[in-house]
Amino acid sequence: MSQARLIWRKSLNAVMLSLTGVAAFGVVSILFLILGYLVWNGGRSLNLDFFTKLPKPVGEAGGGMANAIVGSLKLLFLAALAGLPVGLLAGVYLAEFGGKAFAFVIRYTTDLLNGVPSIVIGIFAYSLVVLPVKHFSTLAGGFALGIMVIPITVRSTEEFLRAVPGALREGAMALGASKWRTIATVVLPAASGGIITGMLLSLARVAGETAPLLFTAFSNRYWSPGWSQPIASLPVMIYTYAIAPYDDWHRQAWAAGLILLGLVLLANVGCRLVLTRRGMTRSV
Amino acid sequence: MSTTSTTVEHAAPPGARPRAFIQRLRQGDEIAHTITLVFAAAILLITSLLVYELWVQSQLSRAKFGWAFFWTSIWDPIANNFGALPFIYGTLVTSVVSLLIAVPLGLAAAIFLAELAPRRLSDGVAFLIDLLAAVPSVIYGLLGIFVVVPLMRTVIGPALKSVLGELPTFKGPNYGVGFLTAGIVLAIMVVPFIISVSREVLLTVPGDQREAALALGATRWEATWQVVVPWARTGIMGSIFLALARALGETMAVTMVIGNNPKISASLFAPGYTIAAVIANEFTEATGDLYLNALIELGLVLFLMTFILNGLARLLIVATERGGGHPA
Amino acid sequence: MKRMALSVLLTVCLTVVAIAQTLAINAAGATFPYPIYSKWFDVYHSQHGSIQINYQSIGSGGGIRQLIAGTVDFGASDVPMNDDQMKDFQSKNGCGVLHFPTVIGAVVPIYNVPKVSADLKFSQKALVGIYQGSITRWNDPEIANANPGVSLPKDDMVVVHRSDGSGTSFIWTDFLSKASSDWKNKVGAGASINWPVGLGGKGNEGVAGLIKQTPDSIGYVELIYALQNQIPFGLVQNADGKFIKASLEGVTAAAASAAKSMPDDFRVSITNAPGATAYPIASFTWLLIPETIKDGAKRDAIKDFLKWMLTDGQQYNEALSYAKLPKPVGDKELKTISKIQ
Repeated sequence: MSQARLIWRKSLNAVMLSLTGVAAFGVVSILFLILGYLVWNGGRSLNLDFFTKLPKPVGEAGGGMANAIVGSLKLLFLAALAGLPVGLLAGVYLAEFGGKAFAFVIRYTTDLLNGVPSIVIGIFAYSLVVLPVKHFSTLAGGFALGIMVIPITVRSTEEFLRAVPGALREGAMALGASKWRTIATVVLPAASGGIITGMLLSLARVAGETAPLLFTAFSNRYWSPGWSQPIASLPVMIYTYAIAPYDDWHRQAWAAGLILLGLVLLANVGCRLVLTRRGMTRSV
Repeated sequence: MSTTSTTVEHAAPPGARPRAFIQRLRQGDEIAHTITLVFAAAILLITSLLVYELWVQSQLSRAKFGWAFFWTSIWDPIANNFGALPFIYGTLVTSVVSLLIAVPLGLAAAIFLAELAPRRLSDGVAFLIDLLAAVPSVIYGLLGIFVVVPLMRTVIGPALKSVLGELPTFKGPNYGVGFLTAGIVLAIMVVPFIISVSREVLLTVPGDQREAALALGATRWEATWQVVVPWARTGIMGSIFLALARALGETMAVTMVIGNNPKISASLFAPGYTIAAVIANEFTEATGDLYLNALIELGLVLFLMTFILNGLARLLIVATERGGGHPA
Repeated sequence: MKRMALSVLLTVCLTVVAIAQTLAINAAGATFPYPIYSKWFDVYHSQHGSIQINYQSIGSGGGIRQLIAGTVDFGASDVPMNDDQMKDFQSKNGCGVLHFPTVIGAVVPIYNVPKVSADLKFSQKALVGIYQGSITRWNDPEIANANPGVSLPKDDMVVVHRSDGSGTSFIWTDFLSKASSDWKNKVGAGASINWPVGLGGKGNEGVAGLIKQTPDSIGYVELIYALQNQIPFGLVQNADGKFIKASLEGVTAAAASAAKSMPDDFRVSITNAPGATAYPIASFTWLLIPETIKDGAKRDAIKDFLKWMLTDGQQYNEALSYAKLPKPVGDKELKTISKIQ
């Protein structure tokens, strides 16, 4: 091995390894850049009006996004109502009852559903919920988001149920409990921490979805009465305001972006910390 | 936990099966089984219904254009003539550009996190990178419009033009929006997936592979690049497919920075259109049933693309985790 | 934890009940009149607290589409529905559609040329050439000759048009079709165009936004969008050969001849109108109301709004740079309101 070749190999080693470090920290710094930008631009535009007032007519400064904040909450509520039970019980089925073939099909289909682009889910919700009743509605938006909640919930439920030690199950059965009682009173509570965090993570994910709402929940300049009227939501307002020319709208878009990102990141950080503290591997 | 009536089943005497079944029924197991089965089957129902709706609602367009839909490049709502080619082109170009940026970046970061960083640092940084994956698409779009587009117009575009301006990919006026901008924004969005999956796959490579290489005198880099990474390559390929599938379906961030022009251009500075972006823009205003059906047919095409890619990705990742990704 | 959840649930339910008293009317359509519409609906809502008219500006194409699909109670468009669309509506909804002109507006060519601060003059040929892609630089003779004394850069032009189905696009291309038979044959007039060149912006808002942020760009928007965002806009050559800057007078002059001979269904185009002071790219914009509205409360609210719009509402037009409807047209519309059953 010539000295020159050795020096070449050693310097290549040093260069490449430091490049990998640069790459890693580069990617992380992007996260902080995003946060920084939103805090800087959005923080300046946050005031009490933003949380309490309705949007003003076009071109007039001021107003807020109170209806969009409440709208997003209503949509999330519906998504949880529609998607979480399905996800939970399907996950229970896969972990506790499933046979080989059918369970495989369900798992595959769930993965498939997870990979469907959100805009396609929007088309589906439009043709299923909007067209028949000829109405954009909160229900349609909640339905679309609910479908997106299902795959993540299923996967995390199944994984955390499986992680419950067999000894717990066998102990319960040895004491004479039937299978469903074991699941309901022993296994589920044992896995509840992970399952709930999985549910919160799935909700955090759909909270930021815009595309499926564009032609289901549509949007609304006012408070949306009931559940069968169009409704404003944070992501759609951000989109509408960002592509407009009014500087006041841009400011409000930054503020809304800050709120949205803040909530999503808070949910994610909280949930993931809980999971790592429990020493569970995350599947989401 | 109180015990109710307990029965201990030994070897079943003849005629016991129906009795046992009724027993289980009373104890609620069968009901529980059925209920959870129904909900699990609901997922199957929803997905099948989705495919069915996509198929049926695109009927007019499929009947009129047939396979020619895939290679027609006209999108003319007045003449009612629709073709998918500009959108397929745009979707593929933006995704490929994003991968060209994200794969080297992501792989390098994953190598750092798996091989070099101490475990706690690696876990901490991986945690932060997972947060990047949680940022909603519309926020990336917001930053795209107000940060990346001006940057492209004032810094990146002129820099590329001065160095590589002769290549057909960098000819033409630089608007700030366009294929390249969309590719850059997409790259940031998919790089967390590449990093997180590649890192996990690299961590499963057996230590003795690494040590054997080092024992033979390889530098850390050579051991990593020539032994560890090839060992994990099927899993890494899987992560790339996963990233690609995500990039294909991305809607909001792309539609805010791509320029919304259904034309095929060689230049990366030119404005373009992707399948997801055109659906988002034109769905609520597709006057005419054929127009709407054409858009839904585009949705069907997108669905199929992501379906195939996701399937391949899962296969590759599972193959790595199971068999250690042993290169053939 | 449980108590908090319960109280949240209770608050939501109570709010829902409280809001349930309101009559919610949904409308969607043109971005061209969105500033005046959002002002009108806001004022009307403050006068009639229980009625809220939720208008989404998604483009004229969207307004027509959603009206035909029945997902909105009424639509709005800068391009009148053509016969095919009217038939489509009839077959899906079992009745016809009435067009009610609301305001007259102007579409102006906006531009962002960093070294030029003067008002540029655009001949009809120039605008056709720019949008056809045959004129690609700012210092092209066709533009330079109309603007002697202004030093135009030789930069490439960035052409911006609408990416969505737009009545504003219809007004613009209707004018270009009247200005050039070549344009008429090759591209035509419509809400959704197969544009030869250019970037697409979503809505009047999107086009204005793109122009603001892109140097050397040119686009077209409704007048108020240029004014509200302080974007320079140019003069356009009219049918009589004069260069006119869009204004309330120019737009009213354009509507003058149509006002005398307004057809019963109010579908008329006033682009390239004759007259020395007429602004050539002017247009009415319409609310599209179904002839039959089954919900009694909604029907009464809509009819009342229309009456208000044609009388009190018109006083808000000029502040937002839309011209008032000529009196004969307004009177004719008031009579037509009774056709809504």
